[in-house]
Amino acid sequence: MSERWYRQNGNEGDVVISTRIRLARNLPTYPFPAGMTAEQRREVCQKVRAALQACEEKWEYLEMQNMLERDALAMVERHLISPDFAACTEGSGLLLAEDESVSLMVCEEDHLRLQAMGAGLQPDELYQKLDAIDTLLDESLHFAFDERLGYLTQCPTNLGTGMRASVMLHLPALQERGMVQQLANTVSKLGLTIRGMYGEGSRSEGALYQLSNQVTLGISEQAAIDNLKGIVAQIVKEERAARDEAAKSPVFADRVFRSLGILQNARLLSHEESMKLLSYLRMGITAGLIETVTLDTVNGLMYDVQPAAVMTAAREDMDAAARDAARAAMVRNVLS
Amino acid sequence: MLCQKCGKNPATTYVKRTVNGVTTEYRLCASCAAGVGGFDLGSFWGSLFAEPSARHAADTVRCNGCGKTFREIASSGKAGCPSCYTTFYDRLLPSVQRIHGKTGHVGKIPSSAAGEVRLERELEELRRQLNEAIAAQEYEKCAGLRDRIRELEGGADHE
Repeated sequence: MSERWYRQNGNEGDVVISTRIRLARNLPTYPFPAGMTAEQRREVCQKVRAALQACEEKWEYLEMQNMLERDALAMVERHLISPDFAACTEGSGLLLAEDESVSLMVCEEDHLRLQAMGAGLQPDELYQKLDAIDTLLDESLHFAFDERLGYLTQCPTNLGTGMRASVMLHLPALQERGMVQQLANTVSKLGLTIRGMYGEGSRSEGALYQLSNQVTLGISEQAAIDNLKGIVAQIVKEERAARDEAAKSPVFADRVFRSLGILQNARLLSHEESMKLLSYLRMGITAGLIETVTLDTVNGLMYDVQPAAVMTAAREDMDAAARDAARAAMVRNVLS
Repeated sequence: MLCQKCGKNPATTYVKRTVNGVTTEYRLCASCAAGVGGFDLGSFWGSLFAEPSARHAADTVRCNGCGKTFREIASSGKAGCPSCYTTFYDRLLPSVQRIHGKTGHVGKIPSSAAGEVRLERELEELRRQLNEAIAAQEYEKCAGLRDRIRELEGGADHE
């Protein structure tokens, strides 16, 4: 079996790490999840699971209340579920495709959140995949829809298509130049938003930023995706130019090789430090300075060094010091 | 790193607050971040739903789906159920426009809804014909139209 999407490198992979599309859908006859009883949540879970049987893919069903906290947080780190969903109560369930490229959160903010994820830039492919599942589910679930407002969602910010298309961008050179804030101001005028790695309010570790569409009403899915692609193309161009400029300085190569040296030898690595070093290493690979490590490996490591991922790999809860040691050992092992 | 508040869970959220020029920064886990005081996202969205004037002083209309009033939806910033949008359509529309800059869905239409829309249009047409038939005192035609309407309405109930 090929590697999971988050361990791969894809289209425009020097700058675009991954793409994620999600659709918000609701069943017409139930209150939105915030006002649901545990019994109603279970009913909705059952209906969704029954509807999914028409789907060819195999799905794993996980009840959130039975999941270990570290495993749930590790799923947040891989962006399979949202932070709120990880803390979810009774009756919320997760349906996961075998290769983790599609996830369905049942009774998160909406009755159903369908997500498709993939390496590199591939919004069209992912939307098509999700659209097919959505159409299939609608045959039996008849999602709440209004001709004027589109798909009806708990939060009015998702009305219309209910679609959020996001790309995870690696922008070390633009960040170094202090240009991300300016970029954020510009994209917000175009109906998009750029945020830290874990969405709203999160800061960026390892120069990873999420770019996504904000407006969902009065714009079609395809138009929103085309808009996103257009802006990604611009940002990719800017980031590449900034990297070329940065690579001219001897400081650049020094930093890249020092980063590799530390990653290969350190005995203690904090999350923050490892993300920073992996970010430099990633830049070094795309600049052609390092050929012994691939982008696939670095992409995978960027998830593996996250706190809950470290604990999940070890199958035990650890304090920060123990995690730093386990993280360093894991990184050494991968990069040696 | 660990959450700065509970010290137990990994911090996944970065909160930066500036109050009267003094900036504070926290790294929190999801559950602590949800409870950061003075940072009530609900009331923020609630303000998006707010109406400019007290046009609707009486708040007696309740959603027939979940029983919520408009004011309850406005203060939480979240609709109670899908029917809230039909019940309070006119009052929600200005907020929706503020959020998206536009109103009017132009994206995907689920086939189930497309079917309902067609059914609704056909029923409208039949009712119009029925009224004409009644006016023209064409009773035989009336009976046929009535049966067809009942049949379609029955079908709609099963949807």
